[in-house]
Order: sequence, then C-alpha cells, then structure tokens
Amino acid sequence: MTGELKSGRQVVEGSYAVAHAAAMCRPDVISAYPITPQTHIVEDLSQFVADGVIDSKYINVESEFSALSALVGASAAGARTYSATTSQGLALMHEVLFNAAGMRLPIVMTIVNRSMSAPINIWNDHQDSVAQRDTGWIQIYIEDAQELVDATAQAFMIGEDPDVSLPVMVCMDGFILSHVFEPVDLLDQKDVDDFLPQFLPVRALDPDNPESFGMFVDPAYYMDFRYLVEQAMDASRSKIEDAAKKFESSFGRHYGGLIDTYHTDGAEIILVAMGSLVGTLRDVVDDLRSKGKPVGLLKIRAFRPFPIDEIKKAVAGAKVVVVLDKNISLGTGEGAVTTEIKAGMYNGDISVPVIGFVIGLGGRDIPVTTVQRIVEKAEDVIRNGIAAESEFVDLNHSHVRV
Amino acid sequence: MIPHAPIGEVGSSLANKTSGWRIFIPVFNAELCNGCGTCETFCPEGIVHKIEGGDTFAADYDYCKGCGICAAECPKDAIEMVLEEK
Repeated sequence: MTGELKSGRQVVEGSYAVAHAAAMCRPDVISAYPITPQTHIVEDLSQFVADGVIDSKYINVESEFSALSALVGASAAGARTYSATTSQGLALMHEVLFNAAGMRLPIVMTIVNRSMSAPINIWNDHQDSVAQRDTGWIQIYIEDAQELVDATAQAFMIGEDPDVSLPVMVCMDGFILSHVFEPVDLLDQKDVDDFLPQFLPVRALDPDNPESFGMFVDPAYYMDFRYLVEQAMDASRSKIEDAAKKFESSFGRHYGGLIDTYHTDGAEIILVAMGSLVGTLRDVVDDLRSKGKPVGLLKIRAFRPFPIDEIKKAVAGAKVVVVLDKNISLGTGEGAVTTEIKAGMYNGDISVPVIGFVIGLGGRDIPVTTVQRIVEKAEDVIRNGIAAESEFVDLNHSHVRV
Repeated sequence: MIPHAPIGEVGSSLANKTSGWRIFIPVFNAELCNGCGTCETFCPEGIVHKIEGGDTFAADYDYCKGCGICAAECPKDAIEMVLEEK
C-alpha cells in the first residue's frame, strides 16, 4: 500500500480507527511495544510508517518502560508524541507516567483497557488505567469507535495547550472497541490540520541553549511543582470542554466534555458509568423510559480531572445515584468512581444516596438483564434506604463462597 | 517563581553538594595505594579520581556520600572509613 490514507465513512476495526486518527494528528515520534489487545493499533501505525504514508519516526523498543521513556525524551525535545498500551504494559510504565506528567510533557497515549494480572486475563475492565489515576495524566474514557477517533484529535489539543501541558490517556475498552468493526467517519488530513494547531512546547530541549529537564528538586521546591501539576489539571477542565466544542464546530459531532448526560432531567435513578458500557446503558434507559420509569444516565468522559461539580449538578435532583465500576479498589469494597462521587458530595450542599456495583471485571459480560436487576435494587433503595453501599455483580456462586 | 516544570541550567545539580549526607568519610592512604584504580571504577557517584600529577587516588569530598564502597573494594586496604565529626 502506498499513497494517502482514505478518509470518510468506512467500516473499520476500532484499532484501525484510532491508528488512523493518531496518524492524522501527524505525530513526530511514535514508540510502542505490542501487547494484546492493543496490538492492532501499533501494527497499523508501523505499517503506515513502513509504507511511507505518514512520516513519523517509529522507535522500536524492548519494553513499555522504554517506549514511554523514548517519548519523554522526544516530547522534551518538542516533538508531538503518541503511544498505545494496556494492562501489564501500562503497569510497567508506572514510574515513567509520573515523570511525563511532572515534566509537563503532553504525550498522547491510547489505553486499550484490560484487566490486571493475576490471574492473567486479556479481557476488558478499567483496572489498568484507574490504578494510574494519581500519576498526573488526564484520562478520557470512550464510548464507541467514532468517539475514539474524535477524542484522539481532541486529546492532542487539550494536552498541548500551554495552560495544561500534561499527558493524556484516551481509554478504550479492549476487544469491545478495539476489535469491533463498525462504520466510522475517518478524519480527513486537511480537516485535522485546520482543527489542530502546531505543537508549540512551553520549553523544549535545544542544543544551542542547553537546559536540564527533570532535574533534582529539594524539599524547598518539590511540593510547589506538585501543586503546579494540580493547577494544570484544574485548568484542563475548561480546555476539555473547549476542545469538544471546537471539534463540534469543525466536524459536527459532540460527546460531552467532562461528562455527558442522557435523560437525567427529572430522573429519580441516575446510572453512572465510563466507556463502552454507556452504550448498553443508553438502551436500558430508553427501554425503562418507554415504560414510564424515571431513569437517566451520566457518562463520565474525564475521570482525571474528576468532574465532581458537573456530576453534582447532574444528579442534584435524583433520589439515588447508581455507579457501575469496571474496577475494584481492593480493601475498600468498591470501585474508584463510587468512592470519588461519594467523597465529592460529602461536604457539599446536596445529598443523594450513592450505591456502587463492581461489574464486568476481566471481560465478564454485562447483559441488559443484569442492568435491569440493578435498577430494581435502586428502586428498593428509594423505598427502603440503602441495604448495601457496594456489591459485586454476577458473581458465580459455584466458584466462590458469598 | 519556579518554571512550569523542573527545568534548569545545565550542570545546576553541582550546586547541590551532598557531603552533608555523609557519616563516615573515606581517608586514602597514599603509601598503601598501588594505583590500581579499583576505587575509581566502583565509586557509584563517579567522584573518586587520580590526584593531579600523581599516581594515587582521592575522593571529591563535596559530593562523596560516604557509602564506603571504595574502602570495601580496595585490594590494598588503603582506604579507611572514619567517623566524620561535624
């Protein structure tokens, strides 16, 4: 294959869609290490490079630690940088994640969400990226392949904004999105060039004007640098909303900024989730609304920064908030989204009961019937109060004693 | 005001003298030293060097953290770790 990548509506694999979107953003340097279920993305990108259809530098490495380290150097030199990984690979990057954020390098990385070992399992949940929530990376969770394409372009705009200057994870559900074929409007090069400004780093390595990046900082300065990262996270809130709006005015598609809501007005029960599960929940809400049940849906797009103000505003009129977490913060008995929503509301002026459900770990299916049973439990909370703050959904009782 | 990220002049880490981390200081005995350079090779900080115009070795006490590896590795027992009074 030679020549240009095709744009416009095509039926493609989710992995191809994200590889195509990343390519259209003209990354100067790509570095990644293949790992299921991320593999097809980096195979597609390396093919683009080998075929000469994009002129990115593709750095082959021996591990994920090296992949991200290579991009830290490239980004510090002022290059636009891209990678993709998942699960164990993301865990291996853990130390470098902190460095990328602390050095304020706007690397964009697709996370193809997969469970964490042990037991080893290649299927989807959100444990890998949720476990990296304190590293200083912005995290956007994606509902479908089209949003994945569009959010990838937005991610470069958000991270590279000089007021933000932070790395961004675009999180997509492994297999559910990475290996599904669906119709996608692939971005046109000229449209992306018009949408996405050139990357102008706040500071860049320059041999003619040498500087030390990521230098030693003693107790007199360290804490202030950490505060600056928090300030940048806070600044990214409006930039995430702005990028979504700018994208809409250029391309006509919008998925919400920090959050998205669906039938939350007048809803007594509001379901909360991240990622592709949101698509299932839309169907459940449609079905229950058609039966007159006041159920709504809140999709969390940005888990970092955590949009607690937007969440509070959206659920203020509800009688119960139902959080479906594809992760478990072991030792708390509940998922991280449940904990953070409860924590964020504790000292506030609204008080809505919150119940959490740990669901779909390691790729366990989440059928509509399961969500319907969860909604019945929520109805019971409205009638009788909270029986359990959090529980595991669809445990196999023949496997474990419960 | 600090910059947006930990960025500074090249070589600015030299301003951070780490001698204060030290409890024991290596004392080099030039009479026992055979000039093999094992101490220089093993120093994890790269601050043991041949003395100017001589064949024996010494540590840069501004940056020596007193780990004692040079003394442990010296085949001639020519380096002694001595409690440093401050």
